[in-house]
Amino acid sequence: MTDASVTDNEYDAEFGDYFALLKPRVMTLVVFTAFVGLLLAPVQLHPFVGFCAILFIAVGGGASGALNMWWDADIDAVMRRTARRPVPSGRVTGNEALSIGLALSGFSVVMLGLATNWAAAALLAFTIFFYVVIYSMWLKRSTPQNIVIGGAAGAFPPVIGWMAATGSVALEPLLMFALIFLWTPPHFWALALFMRSDYDDAGVPMLTVTHGRRSTRRHILVYSVILAIFAVALGATAAGGPVYIVAAAGLNIWLLKGAWEIARRDEAMAEQDSYAVEKAFFKFSLLYLFLHFGALLVDAILRGVGLF
Amino acid sequence: MAIQALHELHRRRRSRNIGVGLVLVVFIAIVFGLTVVKVRQLGAVQGFDHVVRPELLPGESISQ
Repeated sequence: MTDASVTDNEYDAEFGDYFALLKPRVMTLVVFTAFVGLLLAPVQLHPFVGFCAILFIAVGGGASGALNMWWDADIDAVMRRTARRPVPSGRVTGNEALSIGLALSGFSVVMLGLATNWAAAALLAFTIFFYVVIYSMWLKRSTPQNIVIGGAAGAFPPVIGWMAATGSVALEPLLMFALIFLWTPPHFWALALFMRSDYDDAGVPMLTVTHGRRSTRRHILVYSVILAIFAVALGATAAGGPVYIVAAAGLNIWLLKGAWEIARRDEAMAEQDSYAVEKAFFKFSLLYLFLHFGALLVDAILRGVGLF
Repeated sequence: MAIQALHELHRRRRSRNIGVGLVLVVFIAIVFGLTVVKVRQLGAVQGFDHVVRPELLPGESISQ
């Protein structure tokens, strides 16, 4: 290759561009919730095997993110929030994203199976399939309930973490699944309320577009009520403890108060204060999930040191 | 002929090469670590070493 041909070349991605394909911010949630699921399981893994299990679950989650970016490059390019992602910005080609996504999917599933058990590996494979095929390829562009279904994909990691340790499922990981699953719709609908033009421009049938903003506000309230019930119920299982019960009580009162305020507002009121309530609810909902899982973690540690 | 001037492209390629290299090193360390942990979890292993050892056969007693 000559110097002249080097300068004529297309953009060559740097390592960080490939890493960005894995949606590192989403990955933090995957890592944290899978870690809590694994730690709360009644079977203790060797610390190094546990570390590897979390790593492979994170890589699997990242692989599904890369495949999602390959498939959704057209709508990502239209939306302000996603236009700077590696594929729509031209830093990584769609084919590269596809290859990396497929390779890492296979790698993460096989390695998780070898490190822990094949039931956990099968669930990881199903999670990737669910997120990429069922959600991204099929339902995201065809139903306003896309976020509800997409939420299930993000809800699997604590169940995979639990299964990696035990090889089976129990009530506790299922309630953790419900917590993330039911949290996702109010979180994203709050975002859709104040990022109004993004989803409209991309033609994604968000609830705000198909059923209107009034209906979306009511949906946020209904889902928040169901979410609060499941979140508190988790405290009654062996996974919960005093820290979780206190945290869940406070956080869910806050959640319901925020959802109620959103439901009773109309667009004129929201525009008057530049969607302050909706933005606050969105930010709070990020904290909501981390604090619930954080409280489970604190309880597990306190139980581990024999405090109760 | 060696390339004299460094282009921005070279920096990106170096970043990619170093990144892939590090990932491979980490992968080797993980496989090695997993192997050590798994083998240690097997417990003591005895083989026949070319000669049948009756105490290792299930259902066979040493007094046989």
